[in-house]
Amino acid sequence: MRLPCPLCGDRDRREFYYQGHAVALDRPARDAGDGAWDDYLHNRDNIAGEVRDLWHHEAGCGAWIEVTRNTVTHVVSGARLVRGTAK
Amino acid sequence: MRIAGKGLNAGGAPVSFSFDGTIYEGREGDTLAAALLANDVRLVGRSFKYHRPRGILTAGSEEPNALVTLGTHAAQDPNIRATTQELYDGLAARSQNAWPSLKRDAMAVNDLMSPFLSAGFYYKTFMWPKSFWEKVYEPIIRRAAGLGAISGVTNEDTYEKAFAHCDVLVIGAGPAGLMAALVAAQAGADVILADEDSRMGGRLLAETYSVDGREGADWAADIVARLMAMDNVRLMTRTTITGAYDQGTFGALERVTHHTAATQAPRECFWRIVAKRSILCAGALERPIAFPNNDRPGIMTAGAVRAYLNRWGVAPGKSVTIFANNDDAHRTAVDLVEAGVKVAGVIDSRADVQALGDYPIFTNGKVVGTKGRLGLESITVQHSGGTRDIRTDCLAMSGGWNPTVHLTCHMNGRPTWNDDILSFVPTDGAIPDMTVAGAARGVFSTHGCLEDGIAAARAVVDTLGLDAVAVDTPSADDSAYRIEPLWQVEGKGRKWLDFQNDVHVKDIKLAAQENFRSVEHMKRYTTQGMATDQGKNSNVAALAVLADATGRGIPETGTTTFRPPYAPVSIAAMGAGAQGHGFAPERHMTSHQATLDRGAPMIEAGLWYRPSYFPKQGETTWLESCNREVGMVRNTVGICDVSTLGKIDIQGPDAAAFLDFVYCNTFSTLKEYRVRYGLMLREDGHVMDDGTTARLGANHYVMTTTTAAAGQVMKHLDWVSQALRPDLDVRFASVTEQWAQFAVAGPKSRDLLNTVLDADIDGESWPFMACGDVSIGGIVGRLFRISFSGEHAYEVSVPARFGASLFRQLCAQAEAMGGGVYGMEALNVLRIEKGFITHSEIHGRVSAFDIGFGRMVSQKKDCIGNAASQRPGLLEAEREQLVGFKPVDKAEKLTAGAHLFVEGADAVRLNDQGYVTSVCHSPTLGHDLALGFLRDGANRHGETVMMVDHLRGVKTLCEVCHPVFFDPDNTRAKETSNG
Ligand SMILES: [Zn+2]
Repeated sequence: MRLPCPLCGDRDRREFYYQGHAVALDRPARDAGDGAWDDYLHNRDNIAGEVRDLWHHEAGCGAWIEVTRNTVTHVVSGARLVRGTAK
Repeated sequence: MRIAGKGLNAGGAPVSFSFDGTIYEGREGDTLAAALLANDVRLVGRSFKYHRPRGILTAGSEEPNALVTLGTHAAQDPNIRATTQELYDGLAARSQNAWPSLKRDAMAVNDLMSPFLSAGFYYKTFMWPKSFWEKVYEPIIRRAAGLGAISGVTNEDTYEKAFAHCDVLVIGAGPAGLMAALVAAQAGADVILADEDSRMGGRLLAETYSVDGREGADWAADIVARLMAMDNVRLMTRTTITGAYDQGTFGALERVTHHTAATQAPRECFWRIVAKRSILCAGALERPIAFPNNDRPGIMTAGAVRAYLNRWGVAPGKSVTIFANNDDAHRTAVDLVEAGVKVAGVIDSRADVQALGDYPIFTNGKVVGTKGRLGLESITVQHSGGTRDIRTDCLAMSGGWNPTVHLTCHMNGRPTWNDDILSFVPTDGAIPDMTVAGAARGVFSTHGCLEDGIAAARAVVDTLGLDAVAVDTPSADDSAYRIEPLWQVEGKGRKWLDFQNDVHVKDIKLAAQENFRSVEHMKRYTTQGMATDQGKNSNVAALAVLADATGRGIPETGTTTFRPPYAPVSIAAMGAGAQGHGFAPERHMTSHQATLDRGAPMIEAGLWYRPSYFPKQGETTWLESCNREVGMVRNTVGICDVSTLGKIDIQGPDAAAFLDFVYCNTFSTLKEYRVRYGLMLREDGHVMDDGTTARLGANHYVMTTTTAAAGQVMKHLDWVSQALRPDLDVRFASVTEQWAQFAVAGPKSRDLLNTVLDADIDGESWPFMACGDVSIGGIVGRLFRISFSGEHAYEVSVPARFGASLFRQLCAQAEAMGGGVYGMEALNVLRIEKGFITHSEIHGRVSAFDIGFGRMVSQKKDCIGNAASQRPGLLEAEREQLVGFKPVDKAEKLTAGAHLFVEGADAVRLNDQGYVTSVCHSPTLGHDLALGFLRDGANRHGETVMMVDHLRGVKTLCEVCHPVFFDPDNTRAKETSNG
């Protein structure tokens, strides 16, 4: 498996650390309430199809990237740096 | 039997080899199988389950029978396919799964017991009693059923791994693959052409076809030479593409030196090849016919007989018969007759066929029986004209050809049934960016393959934006492939399908009868296709039998899934370089050599190697050394290398705000040249890590992390900075490797430092938690007055290149003052006596509240983990909280991992009150100490609880106490006198 790091180009999956769904970019306010924090921290859909998830190019440039890929076909359709894309 | 002047290696030099101790002569260019057949050795192995005599079935990597063991002791290599093993001088092969000898195999009694060993017998027979299965049945079965044995000794051969990238990977170098590679290369693409054989050409090496007016093999050699001359082509022989993975990644096994006697080079190399496009030209595999007793040595596939004859000049028999349902097998008869080998008859199941040469033909024919205990002697044939026995020592059979679709199934693709060739062909698009050409997609004529290879490559280079150069299709045979269904022949005797796992037609029917009708269930019930050959030449026929038994068509019956690897890959190749020191990188501190010189045993801390203790002469146990080292730190001074702690240099106008956000406590209020303890939470409110952070300037901090969490924290800071707080102007870098850092701890620590610092320090200028630059022998270093031992202590750091020398100097000074160097054991005792936590305590499921630091979570600001840490569930009094434990009877032991119970309660899970995380024997206090978590522990100091360690059989009554056992007011660390 290969991922397209926006800074380094196509790199082997083993250079990346997998974090989870890109919902982690949308951090609620401190006082947003338990529901918002539960959704942010714990509640995840088990998606068959296109997902956005977060990877860290830890054996590369150190960038956190958001990758769009399909969990059924394994097609990776895009990646972008998280810097500047979060709320 | 060798035929003079015949074979591509006709001029090859003689090669001496042995099989089961007998010396034979082969010829350069032979495979072991070819050389054995040349010497009329037909019996080469015993079957897996029934120990039936077996011979060579095929001439390729799909071989199920002819498995041998090469080498001895550590170099013993079992299950080598004789059909792919190239011969070399001195090669010594041994047969497998036979005792005392191949000809007199005691376990052949299994064959007589076969009615009791049918499919599913494991499940039916050995259900009861359970203990009998493990102790009696399984060992017996395992001894009786098996393939080659491993030596049990560490393999000392070297293996390699490598990576390659290309525009176009062409898999298979037969007529289709060669043309595809040529067209792609001429268009300017970077091409890798891989073939599992030692020589490229595919079936052209095994046939008498001509291409472009020349011998097929010569034509192939010419194309290979042209490819070799091109800079943009890499030819990989002896390389099997073993798996197709996501985004154009392929696994490949190159057998580097298996074809030679021992050499310095690696045995195998496991490749990861990344290709923008791939063209699969893997050809086709011939399938046997399931007729009674079709497994005797001497019965082979028809294509294999042609390969031995044409490529190696070997006639596998003196009087050959052929049994087939298709035209292709008639070529075997034609080639044999041409070479002067007697063809005793072609038995063709079809009604309307003519001989293509001078040989007898039996139409509507079937082989209904065979004879010959250790090798074929005769066959019984039913045909249009009646029944007759034919004396024959080699029967070449062909049930048709199966396209090699395996790689197209590695990403969950299912092949499609094709009625014209009575086999499965790849489904388009099964592997992204892969095109299939030639026999691998059911194009069976040589001309068709050449044409298809060209067409595939033209289309592929077009998608890469390259222009294909016009190429004419070389002239070649284009005769049709005619076939009629023939899957099994009725008659007395077992009709074998999977030769390697000993599965026959009746097993499949039994599976259907017992309602294992799904192909995946049938496979597991019978073990059809589950041997190392993955049923390459038996799966389709087994499906046909299942389809018939269940009254369905083959397409409805479906196929099982082919998974990587296509051919067996040794673990040694996949794990190349990972034996011994290669298993994981080793991180060494600058004091590593000095530490070894002092005889300290090393322990692993992640990838780091740290000293356990430093034994002195006369000390016989680690505890003796540890106790001395603890006493040294408490009474004089000790040195310890603490460079493994993560160090992160943080700079920028918003450095303070950044730290306030990642730590639950506040760092913006920290004065310059001061150090503060910091606690870092995860976003879910649990503790991630702790450590001290020093402020070296208004916009400059140095954070330390625990050794274990250094990588995790760095990744986390990257995350926070890039994803959550890109508004903060801050930069940071790991400097763990750049600074060597040593703890100098004990009442005489300042005195010691003043012997190495260029300017003396005193208690006033360097109070507890002070930090700053210092000069050491003209080198700028850093000094931190921090303490992980509870003593008056410092950590001094210098650029790593000076670490080794400073360490030796510090140790020498300490020893001169009556102190010395201490290791991890003493460090651990010192911190437990002081109640300092490590990842034994902050193990991922504890909150700041649990460790008594709840009030450190500042509510004046947001930080990572702030919101979640305030959830009621994480603040409940009933939670398990950090406390200390002392044995009530001071002589008794405490053990880490033990659980805690109310005295008198049953020591069972429901009564569990908590657990012990860290334990030591305190030489300072004279008894064992423990840290642990106890339900509502903060309110239970002074109570007694029972510590129970079921694993070690220890039970000790303990007093619950504050986790700080020694110097609770921290007066020693805060020492201010200048004396
Ligand atoms: Zn990168």
